[in-house]
Amino acid sequence: MAVKTPIYLDNAATTRCDPRVVEAMLPYFSEKFGNAGSRNHRFGWDAEDGIETAREQAARLIGADAKEVIFTSGATEGNNLAVKGAAEIYAKAPAGQQGRGHIITCTIEHKAVLDPCKRLQREGFEVTFLDPPADGVITAEMVRAAMRPDTILVSIMWANNEIGTINEVPQIGRLCHEKGVIFHTDGTQWVGKMPTDVERDCIDLLSWSGHKMYGPKGVGALYVRRRKPRVRLEALIDGGGQERGMRSGTQNVTGIIGFGKACELCLVEMEHDRERLLKLRRRLEDGLSGRMEVVQVNGHRDRRLPHIANISFGFVEGESLMMGIKDIACSSGSACTSASLEPSYVLKGLGVGDELAHSSLRLSFGRWTTEEEIDYAIESISKAVEHLRKLSPLYDLYKEGVDLSTIEWQHH
Amino acid sequence: MAYSEKVVDHFQNPRNVGSFGSSSDVKTRADIGVGIVGAPECGDVMQLQLKVTADGVIEDAKFKCFGCGSAIASSSLATEWVKGRTVDEALQIKNTQIVEELALPPVKIHCSVLAEDSIRAAIEDWKKKNGIAVAEEANAH
Ligand SMILES: Cc1ncc(COP(=O)(O)O)c(C=O)c1O
Ligand code: FES
Repeated sequence: MAVKTPIYLDNAATTRCDPRVVEAMLPYFSEKFGNAGSRNHRFGWDAEDGIETAREQAARLIGADAKEVIFTSGATEGNNLAVKGAAEIYAKAPAGQQGRGHIITCTIEHKAVLDPCKRLQREGFEVTFLDPPADGVITAEMVRAAMRPDTILVSIMWANNEIGTINEVPQIGRLCHEKGVIFHTDGTQWVGKMPTDVERDCIDLLSWSGHKMYGPKGVGALYVRRRKPRVRLEALIDGGGQERGMRSGTQNVTGIIGFGKACELCLVEMEHDRERLLKLRRRLEDGLSGRMEVVQVNGHRDRRLPHIANISFGFVEGESLMMGIKDIACSSGSACTSASLEPSYVLKGLGVGDELAHSSLRLSFGRWTTEEEIDYAIESISKAVEHLRKLSPLYDLYKEGVDLSTIEWQHH
Repeated sequence: MAYSEKVVDHFQNPRNVGSFGSSSDVKTRADIGVGIVGAPECGDVMQLQLKVTADGVIEDAKFKCFGCGSAIASSSLATEWVKGRTVDEALQIKNTQIVEELALPPVKIHCSVLAEDSIRAAIEDWKKKNGIAVAEEANAH
């Protein structure tokens, strides 16, 4: 069966906006275009009603109360607000001093958590960056071992965006509650795809983003717990006092409407989507491993999201592989695809051999990915790998039985 | 990033892919110069083998490359350019000429440097095997 190319297998980067989401947004561009802060006329009320409905939809998706949801411009902002905002409030010493408190995070977080943590480090906080084990899963035991009497905040992502591994979130949350430490988790790749309940999962702060779950870009939400414990945050953006003072600025009404609708749809379709995506992932991973030698699926065997596959193809460099599968949109951990010419820090962090890190593809699926597309991808990737292995000096050495690690390479 | 047509052409139809024998075979052959540069951990390894006559003319060239499309194209192009030249002429090939021919963007310049290095390394290997002094400058990189 013919498939329409290019095929989009980069849903961990962003998803197509669901047409039902777009439809829900449209009236808010032209008819209900009011400022939700205008309290004295119809236009303002319509916008405000829309936003409050969206807040309920978002809260329902994560088992929270609507009052606990703050709209943001996306997960980058949510992560920044959570990490910096909590550190500022729970600091053990005032700004300008050292010894302001201890924060625990891990080295495979998204930059939107890593970089705020590094900034806090320069500003008098101490940060422990946990290294993941080879399977990529950060466990509650690892967090427990890093805990100190002055630990104020733990920020561990729910699931990793490059390899899809799932960290021990309810356990880490329970540990934090036991110790009276604030727990933030970046749920960008998890929420909307997997069942979420901030009560059961012991979460204090949860950030997520619209454009990873079939909503629009530039909008997201931060859950801020209000009871047991009541979590406070120092705002990053001051001004008109919108979003309970935690995020000033006229709300992105259209975006928020779309975000709410996307949350509602995810809640309804989660079960079905999830099973389908898992089948697709297995089909792809089994298909590729079955066709070729030295194919490695990265990350924990089972504790992985259904929609992300990260696979290394030995002896083949990732960017050239992507060039060989031009009609498949995906991403690679290869250095050559990044501006910095550094291979993926996530794969390196897992101890995936450097050369296998350069040889990796991330293929991620979504609501509209079909089996036919997966079969097409298997075919196309296998052909490209075959072509490139014919060109690969490393494959020759492997075939000759030479152990690559015994060779003295000329680094530069 | 969009690739130039020439890069795409070399990528899809690489010239002179292969080797003149297994890695242990070519080690002992005096008519073959082998250059291997780069490292798997860096994401690029280029292997160039030159078949050189006794009077120093490059009769044939073969390459293999683990690297991005630009690295593959650079090494493929290098094999075309060295064929028929004397080793001294081949040493004149500069990475900037490769950059120009393939219209490589700045982030891909190191791929062309790798190709220049592989030519030098292969010629150096041939010279060593044949008892010819290697110019100092060959180790410049
Ligand atoms: C895990 C994770 N956190 C944060 C982000 C940033 O999200 P946003 O694009 O909404 O700022 C992303 C997306 O790139 C992500 O995958
Ligand atoms: S080999 Fe890495 S950018 Fe060319």
